[in-house]
Amino acid sequence: MSALSSTYALVRKDVQSELRTRYALNALLMFVVTAVATILFALRSDQPTPTVLSGMYWVVIFFTAMSGLSRIFVSEEERGTTMTLQLVASPSVVYFGKLLFNVALTLSLTLAVTLLYTLVFSTSFIIQTPSIFAVTVLLGSLGFASAATIIAAIVAKANTRGTLYPVLSFPVLIVLLMTVMSATTRALDGEEFRAAMGDFQILVGYILAMTGGSYLLFDYVWKD
Amino acid sequence: MESRNPPMTDVNLTVAGIAKSFNRRAIFRDISFSLEGGDSLAITGRNGSGKSTLVKILCGVLTPSAGTVQYAIAGKDVPIDAAKDQLGLVSPHLQLYDEFSALENLELLSRIRSNNFPIGERASEFLKLVGLWDRRKDMVRTYSSGMKQRLKYAFALLHRPAVLLLDEPTSNLDAEGVEVVKRVVEAQKSTGILVVATNNEMEATWCARELHLADQAPIGTKLR
Repeated sequence: MSALSSTYALVRKDVQSELRTRYALNALLMFVVTAVATILFALRSDQPTPTVLSGMYWVVIFFTAMSGLSRIFVSEEERGTTMTLQLVASPSVVYFGKLLFNVALTLSLTLAVTLLYTLVFSTSFIIQTPSIFAVTVLLGSLGFASAATIIAAIVAKANTRGTLYPVLSFPVLIVLLMTVMSATTRALDGEEFRAAMGDFQILVGYILAMTGGSYLLFDYVWKD
Repeated sequence: MESRNPPMTDVNLTVAGIAKSFNRRAIFRDISFSLEGGDSLAITGRNGSGKSTLVKILCGVLTPSAGTVQYAIAGKDVPIDAAKDQLGLVSPHLQLYDEFSALENLELLSRIRSNNFPIGERASEFLKLVGLWDRRKDMVRTYSSGMKQRLKYAFALLHRPAVLLLDEPTSNLDAEGVEVVKRVVEAQKSTGILVVATNNEMEATWCARELHLADQAPIGTKLR
């Protein structure tokens, strides 16, 4: 119970801190708006296929996540509060607290992108099977957050954080990206829910493997 | 500091064969000493001799290259991660959160630590001790460096640690602040273990024992 309450307190701290500083939120929102606007101008009146829309949707989410999710640990290093956290919380509390915060941030990000896409591509981005889309977004966000959190912890200790994060993230996230794009295409094409079960199994397996592996590794990453 | 005399905490710190290297550069090696409740140790040495590094190792935020740090509370060996609840640290390398007030910092960090005492009362006690009660609701970003140092003392003492580690204890403090630190030091020596890392000869005299870190040579505790 003590670990749960500590984790909750850490998530609360990060949420309050983010609302006051907008350290990651501003970067994420600006990137989403800029990326979607750029795609809109590039496509003009063209009607992209569901496959193309699905790919572009997750590309926006991927690059937006790259610009924001690393800050959860980078901000602690830059402000000198890493040692403070090391003193008050065990590595597992820090890991799960930061993971939950990143899950919340990623879900907010996907919601924002979905709303923008629905507005901007109102005639082509039509979700025929909402259940597939909802599960894909949920599992995709969990997958992004689980990978992004451990990579952010690694990158925060490095000197070249800016370039290292996307370089480390892409090979780790490629499987996730391909699977969520496939499932999103099914949702836009109106396939039945059970047609996406294979994709969901891959996503659940990815989340479990990434979260489990990260939890085991985090102690070594977190401590100098 | 308190109206009652708190009892001496049954605490032991045993350091055996500690060594630390960074990128094949040896900082120190073969450090061994043992402290119990009522003991005080000054860690001295010139700049770069590893005083802060040793303090970080004693806190468990840095892993030694060799050797062990073992805490025992009430006769039972306690892993260093669990012992952090009994440690208090004041260090130039430790920062609190600028976007929160002093009171918020103490409350948030106390909740993350899952302390089981009334946080409000304890925060009030120590903010008054360090002379920050009138500024308790101001954001830490508005504080001077001396005020931030005082807040670090409030944070370090909040959970009444059995072991208090002070790295450059009077850094940035005015005469009044130095007097507060002296009272804290005396109180800690009567209730637990005190470790002071310093270049300052006056601060070194606060402690009964001294450990002088020399360059590239095995050293031991020098009794004064």
